[in-house]
Amino acid sequence: MMWLSPSESEALSLSLSVATRSVAFSLPPAILAAWILTRRRFIGRTLLDAMVHLPLVLPPVAVGYVLLLLFGTRGLIGSWLERLFGIELIFTRNGAALATAVMSFPLMVRAIRICLENIDRGLEEAARTLGAGALDRFATVTLPLLLPGLLAGAITAFSAALGEFGAVITFVSNIPGETRTLPLALYSALQEPGGEYAAARLAALSLVLGLGGLLLSEWFARRVRRILGR
Amino acid sequence: MLQVAVAKQLGAFRLDVKFELPTPGVVALFGPSGCGKTTAVNIIAGLLAADRGRVALDETVLLDTQQRIDVAAERRHIGYVFQDARLFPHLNVAGNLQYALKRAVGRRYVSLDAVENMLDLGALMQRRTHQLSGGERQRVAIGRALLSQPRLLLLDEPLASLDRERREEVLPYLESLRDQLAVPMVYVSHQFDEVLRLATHIVLMQSGTVVAQGGIGSMSLDRHLRSIIGPDAVGAIIDGVVLGQDCASGMTRVRVGQGELKVQTAAMPAGTTLRVQLLARDIIVSTQMPQHLSVRNNLQGAVTDITDDDGNSDLISIDIGGAQIMARITKSATRELALKPGAPAWALVKSVSLRGHSFPAFRDR
Repeated sequence: MMWLSPSESEALSLSLSVATRSVAFSLPPAILAAWILTRRRFIGRTLLDAMVHLPLVLPPVAVGYVLLLLFGTRGLIGSWLERLFGIELIFTRNGAALATAVMSFPLMVRAIRICLENIDRGLEEAARTLGAGALDRFATVTLPLLLPGLLAGAITAFSAALGEFGAVITFVSNIPGETRTLPLALYSALQEPGGEYAAARLAALSLVLGLGGLLLSEWFARRVRRILGR
Repeated sequence: MLQVAVAKQLGAFRLDVKFELPTPGVVALFGPSGCGKTTAVNIIAGLLAADRGRVALDETVLLDTQQRIDVAAERRHIGYVFQDARLFPHLNVAGNLQYALKRAVGRRYVSLDAVENMLDLGALMQRRTHQLSGGERQRVAIGRALLSQPRLLLLDEPLASLDRERREEVLPYLESLRDQLAVPMVYVSHQFDEVLRLATHIVLMQSGTVVAQGGIGSMSLDRHLRSIIGPDAVGAIIDGVVLGQDCASGMTRVRVGQGELKVQTAAMPAGTTLRVQLLARDIIVSTQMPQHLSVRNNLQGAVTDITDDDGNSDLISIDIGGAQIMARITKSATRELALKPGAPAWALVKSVSLRGHSFPAFRDR
């Protein structure tokens, strides 16, 4: 990365690291949430649906604030995490990953859900008659067929995680090298007098990243479609 | 012995069926679309819960709502060939077959090689499922179901989505399955020609209930069948015994009842079973020994029954010595010939209107 300044490459690698962690955190619960919302009928399903979608309609700053209340050092979950596992979320990149994960969660669930709804339940029935139990069916039929949805969800969530600003800055602040991701660095550059050039470079970097992500996801989707013959 | 007695309410539709199949054998669930055939099969497979009832295969009870027994579908060891094949699109043909083989438990009575040969799958093994034709898909689906080593095979209109040519391509495979493996089958269909070629027993269904059931021979004479297949398809189905070839004509001589028919078919060894259908509309009745006729087939017997077929014609049942056949003739002919139960009669049928279907594994039932 010779053409990037140290602070730029720091923000870039931090962004990628936060987004990767964010996707890794949220993928399993997103699969579970999508599966419950598509396949189960129970009282409170609408409420769960609303809860999952909440980050889409709440101001990101409000989400960050709620995270602060819950996962802060004196927060309900945060104090417990620190005491039992020594995990500190506030002012750390793991905290940033948590904030972006919460924000991009609805996008991920949505993508997985659409794909799950399109899977022919008859294939799972066929697997059943061949002797496959519930877990076996999920692992060998549902999950492979869900791959396009998982990919779409992961890539959308990854891109959203790269760009998340409000929730991150509220929850884990803007610490260079720890929580200052690309959008935060861009914001900081704009705050400094004469920082327009730095800001423009960071904006261009974000553009390249976003475009690359989109092209990559399209290429993946095509490959998967070819394998499944659709 | 497969015993099924189940009831299920689905909205306004009510299914209430009871039937039995001696094993090995092929029972055809036959009836018009929407009469509950698929629902019944899904209950047998365990994919659909019955409101009440019992399903038992030999000594194993698979479902008994009174005793609260309900074996999960994945542990019933019942193979299921769906109308739409339902091959796994993320696996190739070999992968689909392996999927079943890996999960098979108990005695393995059919190997991958055997299935590959029996269904001619060798050239398809590396194909992806979307590269298969309709007929090929069904062959793979049948192979996959077999490799799970099922104790019972359910086939839900496996040929319904295929055109006539493709159906003809798959049917012989089903016949060889029946003859070589002796796995009991429940075959759902609304095409009578498939039933004619495959089944040993027929369960006739109409709007959720069984209206008649029995061996194919007696069922072919059942009047409920006529209302479903139409008057032109009515006729006795008899599993005859091949006597040998007729050297002069090259036709196969088949014993049916006390009589003998000459049927145009591929040469078959003496002693094998050949199923023949004698369509009622193709049979000519005579009250005297016929002479000077081109007709090759001449069965002697006695009239047992005369029933009204429609306004203009009667169905004449004739006992030809251990087997029954039916002829459809006009009412005026019945009057002029003075046909009545007990009267001697000769039934004439042209060889060209006979088609034989080989049934090597099953003797007359």
